[in-house]
Amino acid sequence: MTTTTLAVLVPVLPFLGATAGLLLGRTVPGLVRPLAVLPTLTSLVLAVVVAVRQGGDAAVNSATELTPTGSVPIDLALYIDGFAALVAVLVGVVASCVQIYSTGYLRDDPRYPSYAALVSLFTSAMFLVVYSGDLIVLLVGWEVMGICSYFLVGHYWETPEARAASIKAFLVTKLGDVPFLVGLFALAGDTGSFRITEILGTVANGGLDHPTLIALLLLAGVAGKSAQFPLHTWLPDAMAGPTPVSALIHAATMVAAGVYFVARLLPVFQASSAAVVVLAAMAAVTMAGSGLAALAQDDIKRVLAYSTIGQLGYMTGALAVGDRGAAVFHLLSHGAFKALLFLAAGVIIHAAGTNSLAAMSRMGHLRDRVPDAYWTMTVALLALAAIPPFSGFFSKESVLGAAEQASAGHTASVPAAAGWLVLVSGLLTALLTAAYATRLWLLAFRGRGVEAPDHGRQPLTMTVVLWVLAVPSLAFGGLAYRVLPDWFDGHDLAPTLTTSVVGTGVALVGVVVTYAAWRHTTALAARVPLGAVAAHPEGDAGLVEAEAIASHAAAYGDVADAPDPADPGRLLLGPLHRPAAVGFHLDAVYRVLFVRPVEAAARLVRFLDREVVDTYVRGAGALARGLGDAVRRAQTGNLQTYVSALLAGTVVLAVAVVLVATGA
Amino acid sequence: MHLALPAVLSALLFCTGLYGVLARRNAILVLMSVELMLNAVNLNLVAFDVWLSSTAEDTLHSGQALTLFTIAVAAAEIGIGLAIVLAVYRNRGTSDIDKLRDTAEGPGPDDSDSDALAAERAEKAEASA
Amino acid sequence: MTLTAAVAAASTTAPSAEGHGFLSPTGVEVAFLLVGLLTFGAALVTVTTRQLVHAALWLVVALGGLAVEYLLLSAEFIAWVQVLIYVGSVVVLLLFGLMLTKAPIGRSPDADSGNRWVALIVAVAAAATLVWVVADAFRATWIDLDGAPAGSTEVTGESLFRNWVLPFEGLSVLLLAALVGAIVLSRKAKEEPSPPPVNSHAGAGSSPSVPDSRNHPIEQEGAL
Repeated sequence: MTTTTLAVLVPVLPFLGATAGLLLGRTVPGLVRPLAVLPTLTSLVLAVVVAVRQGGDAAVNSATELTPTGSVPIDLALYIDGFAALVAVLVGVVASCVQIYSTGYLRDDPRYPSYAALVSLFTSAMFLVVYSGDLIVLLVGWEVMGICSYFLVGHYWETPEARAASIKAFLVTKLGDVPFLVGLFALAGDTGSFRITEILGTVANGGLDHPTLIALLLLAGVAGKSAQFPLHTWLPDAMAGPTPVSALIHAATMVAAGVYFVARLLPVFQASSAAVVVLAAMAAVTMAGSGLAALAQDDIKRVLAYSTIGQLGYMTGALAVGDRGAAVFHLLSHGAFKALLFLAAGVIIHAAGTNSLAAMSRMGHLRDRVPDAYWTMTVALLALAAIPPFSGFFSKESVLGAAEQASAGHTASVPAAAGWLVLVSGLLTALLTAAYATRLWLLAFRGRGVEAPDHGRQPLTMTVVLWVLAVPSLAFGGLAYRVLPDWFDGHDLAPTLTTSVVGTGVALVGVVVTYAAWRHTTALAARVPLGAVAAHPEGDAGLVEAEAIASHAAAYGDVADAPDPADPGRLLLGPLHRPAAVGFHLDAVYRVLFVRPVEAAARLVRFLDREVVDTYVRGAGALARGLGDAVRRAQTGNLQTYVSALLAGTVVLAVAVVLVATGA
Repeated sequence: MHLALPAVLSALLFCTGLYGVLARRNAILVLMSVELMLNAVNLNLVAFDVWLSSTAEDTLHSGQALTLFTIAVAAAEIGIGLAIVLAVYRNRGTSDIDKLRDTAEGPGPDDSDSDALAAERAEKAEASA
Repeated sequence: MTLTAAVAAASTTAPSAEGHGFLSPTGVEVAFLLVGLLTFGAALVTVTTRQLVHAALWLVVALGGLAVEYLLLSAEFIAWVQVLIYVGSVVVLLLFGLMLTKAPIGRSPDADSGNRWVALIVAVAAAATLVWVVADAFRATWIDLDGAPAGSTEVTGESLFRNWVLPFEGLSVLLLAALVGAIVLSRKAKEEPSPPPVNSHAGAGSSPSVPDSRNHPIEQEGAL
């Protein structure tokens, strides 16, 4: 088979799996798990084959036009360069791991068939986005991912948090998608094509008439999808979904789609220096803010969610300084270790019966209950904190190196200010990242107190997957930084000495400071008893997690925060702790800016509908009724009356006819 | 003879019968009025037949033939009509036309408006009183 | 009133018609006019009188007057048929009907329904329209009654049995159907044993549409 055929099969197989899963899920329950896992695994194999055949050489570029679509043609186009091939492999790996993990995680869930089908559909859509060479086809996958995210975040729809979170995720991403769509049309209007290759060709010739406008419109969609400031608020709340979903969609793949999109169309954004500065500022605010917020969260998954936002900020920062190789490098390594972090967190939540770090810090021997999760999560946290030689170190150093290059003015078409912005905020975030990673590890695994509840052995499917993902978290960066430039633009991705030393230095500072703070506060934990634990010795992990999410606000007063004086983050952040815990009140700002006006407008519309429009409607009804009553009065049943009326009419008509006929 | 004379007489008789049909209460009186109307038509037919047969050479005497037919049909009509009136009288105990109001618009089952219902009833009582 | 209007309408027509004059009516015309007045008056009394039997008798006068008019129009056969069928049988039938429905003898105050005024308006309007149109259309048309009689028995019979045989036979079928229909309608149905309220005071007093036979089935069977 040709590479093109194989590449086409990659998105099609999970789609067929999803369709079959939805159709057969209720009738043939035995087929659900094979239908969920096998197409995804096959797609992974095919994606690997495609990547090997492509090999970083000339991009596979083919298209077929199904039907004429007006002035700007829409093609079913493939455009597979090194970025696409490797990102597809990442998507396949994470999706396969998540599907396998889910078979254990949602073992007893009655809604597992639809869940697995939606994950497959999501995987298919993500492959489509990655491989597509046509922006409209890409948009199809983009929106399908959004709707899958909506459904999967709302998987535990019995809990009000999940319902609210799914609607919020949908609305906020749509808030970005509308300008995104307009931006796509504007781009096609300027370049005359939706094909990525032709757009890039036009941009290279300077054929873009409104670069800033287009770039900013597209950035809105990217910010929504990739959870960048100011549209990031949906991502922490989306943690109300099942943990495997968080790992796949809200950590490794979908949120990376925005970054990937910018990476593909980077010349379009670089055509406008204003857009580059906006991108850099967005990345800087996102990185620093999310690092602070992550340090204050109590829910283990919300810590990881803010961490995801921050790492995505690194990627957009790399794009802002014009190095898409570094961005995608970080995307790949981050996808691996962040998926691992989430999946390990799922195991920990299951074992601890709670998602609260405060409660975990009052549990003894949690790490002995889940040794696999303990070791793999340690690896992943080290990667996250960018400690050499873990993979996160190399990818993050490539980002910082690119920023350093740009700040020195060595990168064309990137203002030095953008470079400085990304560099400084990147170093600050490196410190914060190391701090919250250390805090997470210490609180989760170094707790003291009563024995952790026994939820039995973790299913094999869940633990094996952790080790599979631990391998790239450990070694991918070190192995790949020499090879990847061949696949990408050719930029050198090797860490430079300066940034390595500085970056690792601040990370170590963060680790040490957090450890010291923890040593200082941990004595308080024994004095302040805290914690609520969902105990379902027989239940699967999904059930435990749903209960933990539902009970967090009830037990601790807030979904994000717990009144725990033993938290080192509270000491480190000081007065910033409360704002950081609630995401710097951004939701309240949105409430004032968007929600209240919309509600007021809805009330106005309701008033207009009930009082004004309905009045006419009711009036029309009353008029017809009154006329009917009046006519009914005439129906007396007396034949003579009827005949009288008939003949009177006849006389009138006859007179009229005579008058007309005689011309009077 | 002036043709207008029978024509006008016919019109007047017809309208007299018309008044009787519309105004009389007893069904048999209504039948009588119908007979008046039919006879008015007959007079018309005869008068025009005489006129036409004196002006045209060849005529079918259709007016007179039709008059005979009308008389026969009227006889049949009066027989059937009286039979119907008798049947109605046997069933209802009355032959008054304005008491035979089965087709009157009663309060429908879908009419939940009690005000309209009451007004309807009052109006009915008034009409039948 | 309408008659004077008709006369006035007739008198306004142009006197230029050859050989005929409004101011010098022939004897036939005078007779026709007088008999027509009598007929019209009788018809008016028929539809307005409050005594039902009188109405039938005045109808005899009106129909007889019409028979005379037919004679004046030289349609003798029709005239005799009119006398035979209408005066002889139809009015008798109507009188029987009145008797069978227990029509009150003497003045009945409710002979006219509440529709009277509407009926009057419609009738007067129709009369005005018809008289106007007819008088306007035929004000200058005369019937020549001097030639061969147009309605002698010979002429009528010839045309009837030469040109109108098939409708004539059809008419006989119609009459037969009417005969059967009248019998079917007027006989007492065996399945409906409710006694006619004519014969029963209780039946007349109670709701006539509800047969009370189910209360006395045995009695009814004995009656049958």
